[in-house]
Amino acid sequence: MRATRVQPFRRVTINSGDTAWLLACTALVLLMTPGLAFFYGGMVRAKNVLAMLMQNYVCIAVVSVTWVVLGYTLAFGDGNGLLGGFRFFGLAHSSEPVPGFSLTVPPLLFMAFQLMFAIITAALIAGAIADRVKLGPFIAFVAVWSVVVYAPLAHWAFSPGGWMAHLGVLDFAGGSVVEINCGASGLAVALVVGKRMGWPREAMPPHSLPLTLLGAGLLWFGWFGFNAGSALHADGLAVNALVATHLAGVGGMLSWLALERWRTGSATTLGGASGAVAGLVAITPSCGFLEPLPALVLGMLAGAVCLFAVQLKFRLGYDDSLDVVGVHFVGGVLGLLYLGLCATSAVNPAVTHEGLLYGGGAWLLGRQAVAVLAAGSFAFAASFVVAKAVDLVLPMRVSEEDEHLGLDQALHAESAYDLGSVRTMGRLS
Amino acid sequence: MRLVTAVLKPFKLDDVKTALEAAGVQGMTVGEVQGFGRQRGHTEVYRGAEYQVDFVPKVRLEVLVDDADAARVVEAIVTAASTGSIGDGKVWSVPVDDVVRVRTGERGPEAL
Amino acid sequence: MKLVTAILKPFKLDDVKSALESAGVQGMTVSEVQGFGRQRGHTEVYRGAEYQVDFVPKVRIEVVVDEADAARVVDAIVGAASTGSIGDGKVWVTPVDDVVRVRTGERGAEAL
Repeated sequence: MRATRVQPFRRVTINSGDTAWLLACTALVLLMTPGLAFFYGGMVRAKNVLAMLMQNYVCIAVVSVTWVVLGYTLAFGDGNGLLGGFRFFGLAHSSEPVPGFSLTVPPLLFMAFQLMFAIITAALIAGAIADRVKLGPFIAFVAVWSVVVYAPLAHWAFSPGGWMAHLGVLDFAGGSVVEINCGASGLAVALVVGKRMGWPREAMPPHSLPLTLLGAGLLWFGWFGFNAGSALHADGLAVNALVATHLAGVGGMLSWLALERWRTGSATTLGGASGAVAGLVAITPSCGFLEPLPALVLGMLAGAVCLFAVQLKFRLGYDDSLDVVGVHFVGGVLGLLYLGLCATSAVNPAVTHEGLLYGGGAWLLGRQAVAVLAAGSFAFAASFVVAKAVDLVLPMRVSEEDEHLGLDQALHAESAYDLGSVRTMGRLS
Repeated sequence: MRLVTAVLKPFKLDDVKTALEAAGVQGMTVGEVQGFGRQRGHTEVYRGAEYQVDFVPKVRLEVLVDDADAARVVEAIVTAASTGSIGDGKVWSVPVDDVVRVRTGERGPEAL
Repeated sequence: MKLVTAILKPFKLDDVKSALESAGVQGMTVSEVQGFGRQRGHTEVYRGAEYQVDFVPKVRIEVVVDEADAARVVDAIVGAASTGSIGDGKVWVTPVDDVVRVRTGERGAEAL
């Protein structure tokens, strides 16, 4: 978010260009959740694809409800450094200016735009726990998590009243709130529910990489709304964010492909898509503060680092099924710390201390490190507690038999693919 | 020579393959089939319309063996594949008159 | 009567089908299966994790023939399917007790 000094309430002047832009961005960011659903869906086994899609799509419904009731006000209401207040509970006073922001769009639009961020952060968690979690407990977890984990983090980093903003942490579109959050939260839940049966020895290759590639494309497209929209204005800063975002995706794809080819002999489509996403993750906190070429370099760095990071789960023995930790957590950390090196006020006057490589010393780097540690540890600890609590009341893990059968049939009484005449032969009962 | 055929639960394939390799069986053919015995299938629901689907995915595994090895191989498959629950499948063996290895033209026990 | 079964490389199906037609065989059933003998499979890589996949796609052809024709049919298949390289497959013959043509109810040799 664009950092500004906290200001007293005053009348908002609506700029139609900014409003049109942010309306479009709201839709773009929403599209990222279906995009993510297919990115993930293609990577799971065919017998579980519908369940993965469902977990993503259902976040749209669940988080929207918790957001408008409680999440929004806790994130952006006028409270203290740790939590917003209750002024916007149930979207009351939603035409009032949002504390700390000099918005040129209707405040309700700001609420809607931010909602889409909350939705996708929740959906990202599903990637860590693929193929083994029941829908009801997942919904319960997401509902609670969106209020007690996401909203506070959003307040810390996105609201000018939050302590991270006060500290001078730079996080343009959510390296801490979204990327580090979903990665750390995903890890916590993955540890609570345990590993998939047969993992890691049994091969569980992606069942449809075309779906994954399609999803990656939709994510890239939507990411322009995610990052450039976080400028909250249709202006030069948004343009900078868009260009930086794009170049980071490019850099990530190229470096992952090249490194993979060199290491294993094959440049894979999954690698190319993953590299692009890694770059896009890393640029998320940094797109509003970097010049274009450093953004390209960051993308290349992210593609390379994340390629190695996804191996960690095999070494350390945690089943982060679709690499939410390896790509999102690690990419988010990279992007936040990189700002400590390369942020510049030439791009954004909100940068009060230049990055290390721009002559600003370690001031900013220190702030960014604090944000990384705080966001990561809070998200992990709080999510762990929430997951454990939900698991006690509503066991999250499916039975062994259901896990073998496949979640689509076991949880949803559906099959994704009608292949062959024997399969589709049935009677209306 | 005998042809041993097994119809099994798909997730058991890996265990059975390992058991066969341990029993000295060099190769096998596997096909994906649909079947049921006393195990009934399942129900699927699409916008409120319920469909009863009787068939359940299975794998069919076939190995060609010497007469002397047939009983042992059947035993190995059954042990590895059994879970004790409905739908575990069946294993059977039939006599084979002749076998030819396509690559070399070898016939009989040398072709196994 | 005999059931002749062949496990072959998929790209050889067309040649074998032609050879069978030349040999006077009126019909066949083909299914797609997975198998291996001494031929090992291949490696697939997903985000740096390497998996060994042992099974190789094959086709299974089945034809039911008169006892007198069995040897000739086996030779026709082997001749058409052989490439000389690992993985060419196998052909085998098993006895058949009875055959029925579903449309007419004809049994035995008339049903072939």
